[in-house]
Amino acid sequence: MTTDAQVAVSPDAPARGRLHARLHRAVQGRALPITVVSLTIVLLWYALAVWMNADLQIKRFERADQAWTFGELVLATWAQDRPMLPAPHQILAELNKTVFQTSIASVRSLVFHSWVTLSSTLVGFGIGTLLGVLLAVGIVHARALEKSLLPWIISSQTVPILAIAPMVVVVLGAIGLKGLIPKAVISMYLCFFPVAIGMVKGLRSPDLLQMDLMRTYSASRWQTFWMLRWPSSLPFLFASLKVAIAISLVGAIVAELPTGAQSGLGARMLAGSYYGQTIQIWSALVAASVLAAGLVGLVALGERWAHRRMGSQP
Amino acid sequence: MTPTAAPASEAAASCEAVQAQPAARASAAAGGGPVVRTRNLSLTFQTADGPVYALSDIDLTVEEGDFVSLIGPSGCGKTTLLRVIADLEQPSDGDIQVNGVTPHQARLDRSYGYVFQAAALYPWRTIERNVTLPLEIMGVPQAERRERAATYLEMVNLAGFARKYPWQLSGGMQQRASIARALCFDPDLLLMDEPFGALDEIVRDHLNEQLLNLWNTTGKTVVFVTHSISEAVFLSNKIVVMSPRPGRIADVIETDFPADRDLDFRETQQFIDVAHRVRMGLRQGMADDD
Repeated sequence: MTTDAQVAVSPDAPARGRLHARLHRAVQGRALPITVVSLTIVLLWYALAVWMNADLQIKRFERADQAWTFGELVLATWAQDRPMLPAPHQILAELNKTVFQTSIASVRSLVFHSWVTLSSTLVGFGIGTLLGVLLAVGIVHARALEKSLLPWIISSQTVPILAIAPMVVVVLGAIGLKGLIPKAVISMYLCFFPVAIGMVKGLRSPDLLQMDLMRTYSASRWQTFWMLRWPSSLPFLFASLKVAIAISLVGAIVAELPTGAQSGLGARMLAGSYYGQTIQIWSALVAASVLAAGLVGLVALGERWAHRRMGSQP
Repeated sequence: MTPTAAPASEAAASCEAVQAQPAARASAAAGGGPVVRTRNLSLTFQTADGPVYALSDIDLTVEEGDFVSLIGPSGCGKTTLLRVIADLEQPSDGDIQVNGVTPHQARLDRSYGYVFQAAALYPWRTIERNVTLPLEIMGVPQAERRERAATYLEMVNLAGFARKYPWQLSGGMQQRASIARALCFDPDLLLMDEPFGALDEIVRDHLNEQLLNLWNTTGKTVVFVTHSISEAVFLSNKIVVMSPRPGRIADVIETDFPADRDLDFRETQQFIDVAHRVRMGLRQGMADDD
């Protein structure tokens, strides 16, 4: 018996080396297409900026009675104060100014605004995840809860968040909760949903055989949950968390829009649109997407860690 | 190991017990009550297409130390019967006792180990922690869990694979791990539902030989579901031939083969005669169906 055992396991070590080589090649092979696509997007962006800002620029030249060449027009469309569509380098310059050249304690600092939004995102995400998991556990274990809760959970998401956000802020404000809490509540409202739905599916993912096995040991519900349902559900949990953390951020930003918030990325965007500061809006957008990418990346890291701990196949 | 020597550990004690068991089995078979006894046991599934008579008037007795095979074509209720013994299905009529109590009580007493058609190992646990899963559920302390895992992994020739994950093992090795898992809490009754059905014949022959050896050394009572005639005849001392629609017992054949038989025993006239009788029983069951 030991002979077939050795055959089954010994190719393990060289296989890992091969895998590394293959990964390496994949990364190298992917670098070129990624560069080409990114460059194309940047070029298209510049072209679009010319096209969208040209009308205004031509009118300005005419008002100033200035003769212009096509080259001058192009350069001018990339250097307006309040362009319809700012060029990438204008946004980068604004980002450089508001992220690196400004003290992070200042209200002009994008880092400060990002932190304000991030803090309510994380609080909302934490509570929302907890709520989603608890709801899923309840639904999986009690038929009555599924019948009574699930329709409400689903209909909660059909109400537009923009309609609910001001009400939440007003109601919570009336009982003395201001600032971070109302925004976190709105984040939570959006993010508990994918967690609850994903976890209901995940906690039900063990197959019949795995469940029967627990039954033959007369395992308690708690043991079945902890030793079978919970580990089975983790892949579903992480998939849900990736969606949840991204929409938590959306929730926090949306919560800042109708509530007259003074700080946060949403407030920054709103202020930008009041004063026609398109560059400011766009740099806040870029900050939001960098933040979102970072958060999803963190969840993915957690997922990788969990996968490795659970000994899954590489 | 003398009776005065206090057991240093459960695992070591069970190792010793392994050697002593065959004699114990002989005496138990003579004196003790049956491990499984059913009287007029029936089970009818109500489906959208009308009732399905999975089991009809099953009278079966399994004595302590027996190796009983349930053999029959698919749909004859052999797996259902095993699941009723394990309290995974509820009979609609008749009586059944396992270890002298109801199957439900027997399940609560953890008096049987069940081996499924597939290994059903939990992929996030190492082989060792899969084997110790029932021990964890039963609250056995960790040190003893590890000792027992080592003992039973050794018994199914998987020593050295404790830290591997299921996907790193072949199908036959996975199934052996699942047998170690069923054995590790030392139940007296082993219920096996086509455990080698998904494996190729070479691996299967090998595992049959190992299982026979295991039965000889541990003296467990085994109820074994299969649809392979040679497997049933080779392993059992009692072969229950079942036929479908409704699922019922067509023939019961008791054999008296030498305990130390090996795979070559399948070439003997003794073996061929019994296999022939099983085949006739199966054919009769099918003929009734037509």
